[in-house]
Amino acid sequence: MSQLNLSLKIWRQKNANEKGSFETHQVEANEHMSFLEMLDVLNEKLISEKKEPVAFEHDCREGICGACSMVINGHPHGPQQKTTTCQLHMRHFKNGDTIHIEPYRAGAFPVIRDLVVDRAAFDRIIQAGGFVSVNTGQPQDANALPVEKDQASRAFDGAECIGCGACVAACPNASAMLFVSAKVSHLALLPQGKVEAARRVQSMVKQMDLEGFGNCSNVTACEAECPKGISVENIARMNREYFAAVLKSEE
Amino acid sequence: MPRDVASRAAKTACDEGLGVAPTGLAVYLDFSAAIKRYGQSKANSAGIHNASEAQIIELGEKVVEEKYGNLFEMYEKITGENPYKLPMKIYPAVHYTMGGLWVDYNLETNIPGLFALGECNFSDHGANRLGASALMQGLADGYFVLPYTIGKFLSGDISTPKIDANRAEFVAVEKETRERIDKLMSIGGSQSIESFHRRLGKIMWDYCGMSRTTEGLTAARQMIRELRDEFYRDVFVPGKGDEFNPELEKAQPAADFFELGELMVVDALNRNESCGGHFREESQTEEGEAKRDDVNYRYVAAWEYRGWKEEPIMHREDLDFDNIELKSRSYK
Repeated sequence: MSQLNLSLKIWRQKNANEKGSFETHQVEANEHMSFLEMLDVLNEKLISEKKEPVAFEHDCREGICGACSMVINGHPHGPQQKTTTCQLHMRHFKNGDTIHIEPYRAGAFPVIRDLVVDRAAFDRIIQAGGFVSVNTGQPQDANALPVEKDQASRAFDGAECIGCGACVAACPNASAMLFVSAKVSHLALLPQGKVEAARRVQSMVKQMDLEGFGNCSNVTACEAECPKGISVENIARMNREYFAAVLKSEE
Repeated sequence: MPRDVASRAAKTACDEGLGVAPTGLAVYLDFSAAIKRYGQSKANSAGIHNASEAQIIELGEKVVEEKYGNLFEMYEKITGENPYKLPMKIYPAVHYTMGGLWVDYNLETNIPGLFALGECNFSDHGANRLGASALMQGLADGYFVLPYTIGKFLSGDISTPKIDANRAEFVAVEKETRERIDKLMSIGGSQSIESFHRRLGKIMWDYCGMSRTTEGLTAARQMIRELRDEFYRDVFVPGKGDEFNPELEKAQPAADFFELGELMVVDALNRNESCGGHFREESQTEEGEAKRDDVNYRYVAAWEYRGWKEEPIMHREDLDFDNIELKSRSYK
């Protein structure tokens, strides 16, 4: 197992109102650790020295929850393609490397502390339309709504979005179009989502604008940095959905 | 091969020093035979009679990718090795504990209005929690049960006026929470929460894991109590109690885990049989299969925690089987 001695330049910030700055720390890791495990090692060291550990978000550590959010050497979730921070392993770094770790930078994602940003704006977008209505009463038969395999697969491609916000962090405009379009596509492609489709796309886009995310100018850095490989095709689909919905009945 | 038997065998092999990888905590899971088998059957059904070995492997890998593509991708990310070409190195680990909140047929817990869906409730698992069981229960509860049962609660609740947050109950809970936080913050010891959590996890893994014994469980209960005492004497929670503090977020559930862990050990000690995911070494057949005792233990237990100094109380619900006959698992 090869050991790595690393210099970390980590963004430290007490809260949204105070100015932050980079702090340098030395850490010893081994190549089998994930990036988050390496940060755990650093935090254990800081705690043993009675210093404040670095705040960062994590939950499942399997690449499916979307909690880990940080910019590593300029890339959201680090330099590996289709990889979340928790799935990034230290063997991709070299002994003696200096690694820059920052929070997502976007006006709509204010810093809470260190590497933790407030992504509640995404929750509010979902609340605005990311749901389907289900009637109460007798349950319907499980096979009452057949969905074609192709259709299900395409909906699933959108559903793979874990809502981590890397697309926003990657975009020079801090646009949330990839996220919103993945959610809109996922539901618009399924029969369960058809009922509210026209209203959904309008409400979600409206909420996205209210939250202060920027506009899309087709840079497509979002797709390149997305840990789940969500395609910008979804943005095109959402734009079609949106125009059709506005023509039909503007909300 | 059922997963519980395979897991115990993997752990036993590693305990005996037969493990692979630098840590010795792994056994091989080799897909090469399965790839050839799937490939051959794919070739047969496609009418390719003289398929070369390379063709068969290619077809077989496609079948495996359809089935387990996402898992293989995760494995490659973690290890940096291609599992289609090299045998996977695997080791059992706890990721689920087979048990949960008591609910009625409407999925409502014993707290009115608190519904529990998915695997946090009783859970439909036997000796194994297999892949996608979590999805199955989440979907079944969320799609087919709750939409049709919560309406009854909501229809009665519609006339409830807005609840005043200054009521005595709120004030009492807030005070209790504040005191708990102040207590944790004031210990000012020298060991991190993570280190206690790991030690507790190790005790549970060693003595209340895939196989359990009376001696092991008895010793574990004592160890948990000692560790808990040490936690309240020597834990260090950095930061402040009234700001964003991930360490404090960890400390509160970690403190609860001592109670939960002890209750799990008490329950495992009480259940003098093997049943489902609970395997007591004293209670097994000659072939190493779990041996149930349907006369004495045909019930589910919910334990009431009454503080550290009192013994917990067991609330049992007997299980009646009217339409099916109780049998033992057999793969023969």
